Amino acid sequence: MTTASGRDSQPVLQLRSLSRDHGTGATAVHALRGLSLSVDAGELVAVMGPSGSGKSTLLALAGGLDTASSGQVLVEGADLGGMSRRDLARLRRRSVGYVFQDFNLLPALTAIENVSLPRELDGTPARTARREALAALTDVGVSELADRFPDAMSGGQQQRVAIARALVGPRRLLLADEPTGALDSETGESVLRLIRRRCDDGAAGLLVTHEARHAAWADRVVFLRDGTMIDDTGRVSTVDSLLADGAG
Amino acid sequence: MSIRHGLLALLHRQPMYGYQLRSEFEATTGSTWPLNVGQVYTTLGRLERDGCVSANAGSPAHGGGGGSEDPQGEELQKTYAITDLGRTELTLWFATPVSRARRPRDELAIKLAMALVAPAVDVAAVVQFQRTDTLRALQDYTRLKTKAEDGELSWLLVLDSLIFAAEAEVRWLDHCEARLARHRPTRVGMVVPPVTTTQNLPKPVPS
Repeated sequence: MTTASGRDSQPVLQLRSLSRDHGTGATAVHALRGLSLSVDAGELVAVMGPSGSGKSTLLALAGGLDTASSGQVLVEGADLGGMSRRDLARLRRRSVGYVFQDFNLLPALTAIENVSLPRELDGTPARTARREALAALTDVGVSELADRFPDAMSGGQQQRVAIARALVGPRRLLLADEPTGALDSETGESVLRLIRRRCDDGAAGLLVTHEARHAAWADRVVFLRDGTMIDDTGRVSTVDSLLADGAG
Repeated sequence: MSIRHGLLALLHRQPMYGYQLRSEFEATTGSTWPLNVGQVYTTLGRLERDGCVSANAGSPAHGGGGGSEDPQGEELQKTYAITDLGRTELTLWFATPVSRARRPRDELAIKLAMALVAPAVDVAAVVQFQRTDTLRALQDYTRLKTKAEDGELSWLLVLDSLIFAAEAEVRWLDHCEARLARHRPTRVGMVVPPVTTTQNLPKPVPS
């Protein structure tokens, strides 16, 4: 996908030979082993895999919340590994939005304050931040809830606000960790439909889920097992390996 | 799938030409169960023989114009209408749950069971290969769903059915994968009893 800015020629998110180890020696746990993955603007990629396969580690590394043992994470071309903590925090505020299963809205702030907060923290004047927040809330269809507090909203409405917060202003990378886990089937589907639409509008999305029905909203589904990618629905599969050597 | 009862359900709404019935059937179920005209007329012939529908020359109650465009002649100009007997059969169909025992055997379950007892088959690869394919199908169904209009409720329900069935298959394959990962045969290439992965299969149907 390309735009007039020309920045979309590179993937929004690039993970290159990414590894993450916990501990050393015999007790070392290899959460990720040399994983590479790119997510373009306009693309939604789902990550599936059993517990402990590395899904959450992948998401934390992609969002700069954790540091890789080796390999690179690039967000809009910027290598997170070479950044100071301050620059990393700024990049997270400007470029990366998280959506969690439990919404994670600040209960003391209204919907519009929740959405405008990351922009204000980034130095955007309050009036501009509020305008951007209202635009983001409008995009997700809940502008009428702007002055409502989280506890006066349904789960589906809170998640919509969380998606607005994740993609407010210039943010283009949406990292979603089981975003429908706390929602009923129909509300969950409406949230996925919304994430799909935001990606169709140009965002890049990485969606961790254990539900195949939800993963199916993505352009590609990748499977992790033991920290490695074992398959990708966007890749042509072959049957070469189904029979072991010497079979028969 | 009972084409017979599907046609009765459509005729319960209004009399129709055979050609119209085919179009309505496909519009209701999407392209999930495409019918050829021959299947429709064969089934209508049996329904007429059994007294469940009556055939008359002339226009259906609400038009539709399908008959005059049909190339196969005046036989296809017949209008079919449901009879009282047909309504009774239709009511019985709606009131009777679909029996699991009468559904076709699950080829995938049998394939995995066979993969386990065949020597040196990479069963995990078979599982993964199938899961990827099922997920691609799930993606296709989901794309169709995004394009479907809210007014197409029948089609949306059929799509949901396909989506939930595909999801169940993926979950079962996940389960198989986890069981396989825990399973340790004592000797490479030996015949492995299939009990570990076949306990969730439906009971075999006598042939």
